[in-house]
Amino acid sequence: MRRSLRGRLVGIAYLAPALIFVLAFTAYPLGQMVWMSLHNWSLITPPRYVGLGNYERAFSDTQFWVSFLFTLKYTALITPVLIVGGYALALLTSQNSPLRRFTRTVVFIPVVIGLGVSSLLWYWLFSTDFGLVNRILLDLGLISKPVLWLGVDADTSNLAISTSVVWKVIGFGMILFVGAIQAIPSEITEATLVDGASYRQRVTRVILPLTLRTVLLVTLVSVIGSLLAFDQFYIMTAGQPQNETATSVFYVYLNSFPYLKLGYGAALSLVLALTILAFTVIQLLLTRRSHS
Amino acid sequence: MTATLELLRTRTVAVRIRVGRTGYLLGAVCVAICTVMLLPLVLSVFASVKPTAEAAASPPTYYPHGLSLDSYQRLWTYQEGLPTYLANSLGTALLTIVLTLLLTVPAAYALARFPIPGKEVIFVVLLLALIVPYQALLTPMFLMFAKMGLTNSLLGLAVLHTAIQLPFSLYILRNSFSAVPRELEEAAIMDGASSWQALRRVFIPSTVPAIVTVALFAFIMSWNEFLGALVVMSRSSKFTLPLILATSRTETSLGGTDWGMLQAGITISIIPCVLVYLLLQRYYVSGLMSGAVK
Repeated sequence: MRRSLRGRLVGIAYLAPALIFVLAFTAYPLGQMVWMSLHNWSLITPPRYVGLGNYERAFSDTQFWVSFLFTLKYTALITPVLIVGGYALALLTSQNSPLRRFTRTVVFIPVVIGLGVSSLLWYWLFSTDFGLVNRILLDLGLISKPVLWLGVDADTSNLAISTSVVWKVIGFGMILFVGAIQAIPSEITEATLVDGASYRQRVTRVILPLTLRTVLLVTLVSVIGSLLAFDQFYIMTAGQPQNETATSVFYVYLNSFPYLKLGYGAALSLVLALTILAFTVIQLLLTRRSHS
Repeated sequence: MTATLELLRTRTVAVRIRVGRTGYLLGAVCVAICTVMLLPLVLSVFASVKPTAEAAASPPTYYPHGLSLDSYQRLWTYQEGLPTYLANSLGTALLTIVLTLLLTVPAAYALARFPIPGKEVIFVVLLLALIVPYQALLTPMFLMFAKMGLTNSLLGLAVLHTAIQLPFSLYILRNSFSAVPRELEEAAIMDGASSWQALRRVFIPSTVPAIVTVALFAFIMSWNEFLGALVVMSRSSKFTLPLILATSRTETSLGGTDWGMLQAGITISIIPCVLVYLLLQRYYVSGLMSGAVK
């Protein structure tokens, strides 16, 4: 029955709603974005074709580069911490004792909290006069006067925001690393123990090489996530000082919505999407290998 | 013989791991890590139950010196009132779950079991949103929503959230549907069941864990999502919880930020996610494992 024409039609009928939805709400906007990026358009005036003008403008736009480089800086700062820290946590908690399992659960809790909400929480903790970070550091004698964490200096803001995001997402990598470490066949672990390998040798010669693909995958997922950062900066610094902490997505948002430069915003979006695409392709290739 | 050797080995391993100061030291490290991770949450809950004056004190106190629900009361009546924002967040999240399941369950069934021409190509098209980040598509989506009357609408935001969540959900469900034994399905069809009955009686009951995982991720994503809500909702009566809290940070009647109320709002936003996670941890972790290698 399934091979008949009727079977095919029934299958297409089951598939149609999802396909129409994706065509309408993902493929069509994508096409429209490409079209918009070739026009100057502000909603008030009708769109005017400008060819690649918006892209040329982006490359000579100082703020575009400020945003892009700041996003890269943030990514470069946070990714190693997330990967090394997440891996260390995984090594610490991969055995299934009750305390380890509990630690795993606790470290993972912030992952399920919204980034917007966790950013608001840390916005308070890092507040100069009302926040507990300054209070703790003052009480410990590590600083002599309250630090202006957010929105005054780009690097200090970057550090504070990265701290909050590490707290929020470190459990993500940890849980995937734990999965990979636990998937190592126990015969291998036992063999190395019988051979008298030290813990350090086991980690560098056995565990790390056998979980390398997961490490790469988590690195890519983290890099993509960081390149798309928005909530934490919108909430904690609002791009201050002088849009120095406005990330790439933030700059797209500013152009498309408050400034209503729709064509330019679309061109910036497309540049961003292509950057991300490069990383996604690598991720998909790695995944494909892990399935075969 | 091998078994005895095996047992011996396992014992040596266990002994080596358990004995020694290292074990205690690592235990202490675990406790320290738990403390650091829980501290921000505990401090936020503490701040939310401080009396009004203490909540606004500078420098701040570590723990409440008096207990009060004033902050929650102020939040309850802030602008349109907490019930409106809770209803907006919850409504959007539930609509997202329903839309996601209505679209992906039949599609996963079709992809797993029907001989559709060009199936691989269709699957790639369906996963398009994996390749194009939604952050880049917001402008054209907003324009389309404006034409369709979907701005300032819970349904509109749910449509956006469904578009974000669809590839992951489809991926999980297709794998799960493919794993249903053919014999079960064939038995049902021998009994004269139509494909629709087979879906209802065989496939859905045997893929409950995957369906729960999909619903769980849809809920958490929608409840927490910020940028899309910021773009789709411009009327404050339609704001979701994270949006109104972000707004309250700068727009409080007292002039400065109402820190106590903000912490009350944060506490309320966090509770559902943490509860759902603790109750359905198994599904969450398994979803993550298969989803991250999507």
